[in-house]
Amino acid sequence: MRETFVATTTEILENDPRTALVLADISGDVFEPARRKHPGRVFNVGIREQLMAGVGGGLALTGMRPFLHSYAPFLIDRAYEQLKLDLGHQDAGAVLVSIGSSYDAAAEGYTHQSPGDVALLDTLEGWTVHVPGHRDEVAAMLHAATHHDDRVYVRLSVQENGSPHADGSVLRRGGPLVVAVGPMLDPVLEAVQDLDVTVLYTNTPRPLAREAITALMDREIVVVEPYLAGTSAKPISEILSHHPHRALHLGPASAEVRRYGTWRDHAREHGLDPAGLRRSITAFL
Amino acid sequence: MTAISAPTKPLHALLSRITGDAKHAPSAHSTLDVLWVLYDRVLRITPETTDAPDRDRFLLSKGHGPAAYYAVLAAKGFIPEEWLDDLGGWDSPLGHHPDRMLIPGVEVGTGSLGHGLGLAVGTALGLRAQGFDRTRTFVLVGDAELDEGSNHEAIAYAAAVQLPITVIVIDNQSSTHGWPGGIAQRFPGWSADVVDGRDHDAIEIALMKAGTHLVVATVEPKRG
Repeated sequence: MRETFVATTTEILENDPRTALVLADISGDVFEPARRKHPGRVFNVGIREQLMAGVGGGLALTGMRPFLHSYAPFLIDRAYEQLKLDLGHQDAGAVLVSIGSSYDAAAEGYTHQSPGDVALLDTLEGWTVHVPGHRDEVAAMLHAATHHDDRVYVRLSVQENGSPHADGSVLRRGGPLVVAVGPMLDPVLEAVQDLDVTVLYTNTPRPLAREAITALMDREIVVVEPYLAGTSAKPISEILSHHPHRALHLGPASAEVRRYGTWRDHAREHGLDPAGLRRSITAFL
Repeated sequence: MTAISAPTKPLHALLSRITGDAKHAPSAHSTLDVLWVLYDRVLRITPETTDAPDRDRFLLSKGHGPAAYYAVLAAKGFIPEEWLDDLGGWDSPLGHHPDRMLIPGVEVGTGSLGHGLGLAVGTALGLRAQGFDRTRTFVLVGDAELDEGSNHEAIAYAAAVQLPITVIVIDNQSSTHGWPGGIAQRFPGWSADVVDGRDHDAIEIALMKAGTHLVVATVEPKRG
């Protein structure tokens, strides 16, 4: 996904003079050709994430369309007040693109992980959140984000499904609804392969697909997200406020896992591998 | 305190209409003369050009105590004088911190300290990217506001890329631990002027200098 992001953003910078890219050293090397070609619109501010967000706000106020990029914990967690004030409060927009979401950087430890990024943005107004499940879903999201001035977050991951799918795809039809967000689709499909459930896929969880969920909903709903468990509990509760239902929200727990390993180890620890998901879903249903 | 010269005298009448912000009064008045010189002699902006892409930009980072700012905006016709009478009221566009979405001519909504300088860096980069080479970017910061580390990210980066931006620091010695050796020392790589913050001609001369430039406007200490 990261390579697709770099190639697509380089192409966008080439073709759209309104766009700019702000980096804080992360990915500086792979964007160096773009920076050399467009030194007036590609900036590396050094390891200064607060400034990166402020610069994004300032660029937007002059009519530019800034892309900001870093590891999720630095892009979102560290600069939270800047996102709130330098973008939201100014009614300015930007396209934020992160890597290292949740436990992608398992071996780096908790300092390089951000399971709470989407929950943080949920405290702010007007963010569209894309969580692609496959690299081939990334380019269209980035292109679409250049055509307006809203606030967009694209959460890239090393976890990927085997093939790309359109937002709102229904992979299976049956009983209770299981909503799989981004890279959680393949583990979910494996976990429920012999269960009578409906599986809805979304790579754009904000705003959450109200119409698809109400259309497919019966009485039980399971939401499987690659970020903090329960992040979508509030929008789901709002969507289903007049609909008697039971809900199960699965995702990484907020408790810090003081182990390294790989993202697969952490998925297993959080019960988000196919076996763990199957246990939780069957117990709930 | 040096006498305020003739053109700002009507400002005092406007200032006296602003009530309800007594807590911030010293910091509000510390900016009065610099703001007047900016709007009267320096900035290329009028009430008719608040949306012109090539207008000069002035960002008030020190968003608390904006009474002097509001008075100057009213004196220059950006906002009706009547707005000054209901500061912080439910129906008032003027709060104890300014909101760019509510006030014509206000470039950024501020109040939380340490945001204006980063926004100004982005603004200057955006103006340069669009070829507005005559357009200047000014940002006003308080000396206590410099305590916020976010400013130092912007100070170092602007110097490194020699960004055309003018930072004005109002020094009324309000920083809790102070800035031994002077504020200009904290802006390595910047050209700097330290001026009497009540001397209109000195302020004007310093503000007319382009480049990565710092103007420290010294006024009476906040605490006597």
